[in-house]
Amino acid sequence: MADSLDTSAGTPYREGDLLRSGAVVAGLDPQAVETAKRGGPRRPFDFGRWFRATGWRHIVALIMVAFALFPIVFVISSSLNPQGTLTGSNALFSKIGLESYARILSDPQVPYPAWFANTLMVAGITAVGTVFLGALAAYSFSRMRFTGRRFGLISIVVVQMFPQLLAVVAIFLLMSSISDWFPAIGLNTHIGLIMVYLGGALGVNTFLMYGFFNTIPASIDEAAKIDGAGHARIFFTIILRLAAPILAVVALLSFIASVNEFVVASVLLIDTEKQTLAVGLTKLVSNPRYADWSAFSAGAVMAALPVVALFLWLQKYIVGGLTAGAVK
Amino acid sequence: MTTTVDEEVTPETSGTAPKPTKRQRQAARIADAASGGVKMLLFKLLALGIIDAIAVFAVFVLVGAGQWLVAAIVGVVAVAVNWIYFSRRKLPAKYLTPGVIFLVVFQVFVVVYTGYIAFTNYGTGHNGSQEQAVSSLMASSLERVPDSPTYGVTVVDQFGTLGLLVTDPDGQASVGTTEQPLTEVDADMEGGKAVAIDGWTTLSFADVIARTDEITELAVPFSDDPNDGAIRTPDGSSGYLYLSNLEYDEAAGTMTDLSTGTVYSDIGTGAFTSADGDELLPGWQITVGFDNFVRAVTDPRLAQPLVYVTLWTFAFALISVASTFFLGLFLAIVFNDMRMRGRKFYRIMMILPYAIPSFLSALIWAGMMNESFGFINQVLLGGASIPWLTDPLMAKVSVLIVNLWLGFPYMFLVCMGALQSIPDDIQEAATVDGAKPWAIFRLIKLPLLLVTVAPLLIASFAFNFNNFNVIYMLTDGGPRDANAPIPVGFTDLLITMVYKVAFTGQSRDYGLASAYSIIIFIIVAVISIIAFRRTKSLEELN
Repeated sequence: MADSLDTSAGTPYREGDLLRSGAVVAGLDPQAVETAKRGGPRRPFDFGRWFRATGWRHIVALIMVAFALFPIVFVISSSLNPQGTLTGSNALFSKIGLESYARILSDPQVPYPAWFANTLMVAGITAVGTVFLGALAAYSFSRMRFTGRRFGLISIVVVQMFPQLLAVVAIFLLMSSISDWFPAIGLNTHIGLIMVYLGGALGVNTFLMYGFFNTIPASIDEAAKIDGAGHARIFFTIILRLAAPILAVVALLSFIASVNEFVVASVLLIDTEKQTLAVGLTKLVSNPRYADWSAFSAGAVMAALPVVALFLWLQKYIVGGLTAGAVK
Repeated sequence: MTTTVDEEVTPETSGTAPKPTKRQRQAARIADAASGGVKMLLFKLLALGIIDAIAVFAVFVLVGAGQWLVAAIVGVVAVAVNWIYFSRRKLPAKYLTPGVIFLVVFQVFVVVYTGYIAFTNYGTGHNGSQEQAVSSLMASSLERVPDSPTYGVTVVDQFGTLGLLVTDPDGQASVGTTEQPLTEVDADMEGGKAVAIDGWTTLSFADVIARTDEITELAVPFSDDPNDGAIRTPDGSSGYLYLSNLEYDEAAGTMTDLSTGTVYSDIGTGAFTSADGDELLPGWQITVGFDNFVRAVTDPRLAQPLVYVTLWTFAFALISVASTFFLGLFLAIVFNDMRMRGRKFYRIMMILPYAIPSFLSALIWAGMMNESFGFINQVLLGGASIPWLTDPLMAKVSVLIVNLWLGFPYMFLVCMGALQSIPDDIQEAATVDGAKPWAIFRLIKLPLLLVTVAPLLIASFAFNFNNFNVIYMLTDGGPRDANAPIPVGFTDLLITMVYKVAFTGQSRDYGLASAYSIIIFIIVAVISIIAFRRTKSLEELN
């Protein structure tokens, strides 16, 4: 590659050299550029060349796609299997029917619709609350200078090293003493669970938002201030609007985290019909007497659908958010 | 609501900003009032009104329950909140307070409280005050009074706590639990027997059968005085008066067994103990100093599991981070080629494992890895019988495979982003200088990439260190170690061990579980501090 740049060594100027060196500068494979620029009759397809350039990449990709997808294909197949057992699910797509979906939705022993609704409610409210509390804090860290600001930022990082699930014993005992005085927000209530989740609202999420708010020019605030807008109006009508993508990412990450959360939910929610999908479905399949694998698969597919749909929809923003913390 | 320019974004270098003059402040106030609007003010008043109403209610309830300290804290916090939001200054506090309140109660306080519990003997057999222990001891040593009348009994449930709805021979209904003595109530009667009551769920016959063991253990005190005895039911439908076999001497602090004459006294271990060392359980909650920690590391039956669980936790977290990172990096390099077609399609397919909630994935994998019926053994391996989840070593391998499946898409996305953010001209410069592609990657791109992903690798380590879901849903920590006195297995992480010690099995040991939690806190904190020191990421905060 470097040889082609060596035009000073007395070789006469040729167009090809220029093309090739241009390609090197652009970080591209010179041969590929040459092929593309030549036009006219196409060179016969050379499998070896294609394979060395991109073909092997497709093989890696296909292996990885198979690895990534086979559990998903398996669960979809078994959810469509009208019969129940795990063994019966092994022949992929041998029978197709929606009976398993009907079974999981109507089984009187398994309050699946209630779990679904509980999960959506708890995770939804937690997501909104997390975004709101986090954005408020991030705004003050980003736009105001006050004593204890640096301490506040650092302590948010430090506190995050101690995830709530480690303190689950203390959370359980705290909530059980709260229920002695205020049963409406204590053990076995969704409000109690949401409050515990909101305890983690100021954390990594705040940092994501803080970083994003810092990229919004302060001159916008100042212009609004000169026009007579108060701090609350600037926050709600300017900052929150401009930061919509990061708010969506934080809401989604928080939503997924609450859907996934098992430890605290399993300890706080006692009644079966109050539980979330994570607790309910886990207890369902870990019960050795429950043998309806297809119905569980149907439940799992339905539970995963909203999260996967949201994830793919906001994919672009999430990928940005994941790296934003580090790649500044 | 005053927002003067001076108050916000004052450059820290300028030191003390000149105080705004009275005129300036007035002007700012007018500008604010003009912009804030009546709606905002009304909203603020309404929100604060609701909060104050709740706070006043809470203080009344707490004072009624004799919880003076908690009531005082609630009151002080409520006053502070009002002061912050009515003050014209305290602008940052207005934005920080809501989040900080939740943070302090459900994150900071619970961590401190965990520390406290770790120094107590809190757990099954030690979960109340001494008075509660006394009444429960009296209740558990009950013997049926000969020829006593029969009471009609209905078993009722409230939030998982069983109670008895008792109809005495005169037809008066009353309800009580093990902790709540009988109180007279109005209940729905059926054939002279109370059968249902508001606020309680009446157990069906099937439930009564299913919970027979709990029901026959129930002893509902007849009154506040434990010497009055209690009602018990052998069958869930009729109850009898029982009197205690123990006698409590409050002045001496001793329990005397009336049938054997043995005297049990309080010797400071949280339980009544006889001269030859027999303990009467339940005892009560006391602080035990470092006992839990000492027990965790010196009792050989506990220390051995702690050692191998800790080692496995480290191995699991390290191998998980390394395997997901290298696979993700490899894939990012493979797909970071503009000429390749279908990259978008492959990317979406490969991030699906990351999009699916991990508890579901782990449960599905558990089904597929089932030794005798699972998809992997039966179909992929054509009828093999590999003990994926039941052999101590294979279970570890399986957990790592599943965690690789769950985690590689994240690392793939992160590495892809980091690779693309490396400027092209660096590569060009290296190429011009004659560097080979592998050298460019190893000496230039990899170090640059590590700078950006190192904090994420640390975070990933901390996450996997406490990756509860994968272990619990996939193997439940199993296969179980039969030698350990706690329900611990060969794939348990420290965090699943904490959960099992605290919340599963017959005896819950909150003290020991909290001690384990504290050990994890310390390990994670030390590692994070060292790691962040090295990456200097804390110094970038400003």
